[in-house]
Amino acid sequence: MSDISERVKKIVVEHLGVEADKVTENASFIDDLGADSLDTVELVMAFEEEFGCEIPDDAAETILTVGDAVKFLEKNTAA
Amino acid sequence: MAISGTRAEKLEALATELGDRVFVLPCDLRDRPAVAQLPEAAEKVLGQVDILVNNAGITHDNLFMRMKDEEWDDVINVNLTSVFVLTRGILRGMMRRRAGRIVNIASISGVLGNPGQANYAASKAGLVGMTKSLAREVASRGVTANCIAPGFISTPMTDALTPKQVEAIAAAIPTQTFGKPEDIAAAVVFFASDEAAYVTGETMHVNGGMVMV
Repeated sequence: MSDISERVKKIVVEHLGVEADKVTENASFIDDLGADSLDTVELVMAFEEEFGCEIPDDAAETILTVGDAVKFLEKNTAA
Repeated sequence: MAISGTRAEKLEALATELGDRVFVLPCDLRDRPAVAQLPEAAEKVLGQVDILVNNAGITHDNLFMRMKDEEWDDVINVNLTSVFVLTRGILRGMMRRRAGRIVNIASISGVLGNPGQANYAASKAGLVGMTKSLAREVASRGVTANCIAPGFISTPMTDALTPKQVEAIAAAIPTQTFGKPEDIAAAVVFFASDEAAYVTGETMHVNGGMVMV
């Protein structure tokens, strides 16, 4: 498991207040983790801050699962 | 505190009057790119913005049938669109901190309508609907958004009225007088306070009893 994946999961657990074992790669923020649309916007904001990158709105709209976020950040951050 | 407006000299004079830690950020609200940069400029000088008061407004009165596109656009841009852009810019920090106060100055004209003010009334009624929608979106994050709808207040905007008009209007106000800018300021202070945490999406009417809704 990558470092990015760990950091993403930590943010999701903290922000949504869910059990860490529920935060799997395939977990959907809205369908599986109980996020509402505002939570997803805030998660994107939290990812941007944690990883020091900008996630444009059109990219943010494609980030629906934990795995989507990890994939985007792996591709777009110079870690 | 940071204050903004089109006339730098007036802002500087007010800043001097108010004392220390008042930052002057001149901006023409017709200039969309400049408006978009204002939240960041305010955050830079203040550190963070906890309270946003959208008070600027203009009128270009004309009868509906004679109203020009520019008169419509100008008023909507300054009174409504700039509030949207400024609020969007400031919201991120408020959401992150789970605290914020947004106070928008609407008008009795947006509630009752007023002949010659289709543009102004539309912009002010628009503010009320926009504020309610925003309030619903961000309430769970500790951010409140409210409107104040002033009635007739003694300002340069009402100085344009003739003495005869002033007399006729005052006769229709239960207190029989125009309000003072301080009456509006007091309502702003309430909405901006910690004590108003449970009040959101509200429009407070400050009009001497002219309209009771």
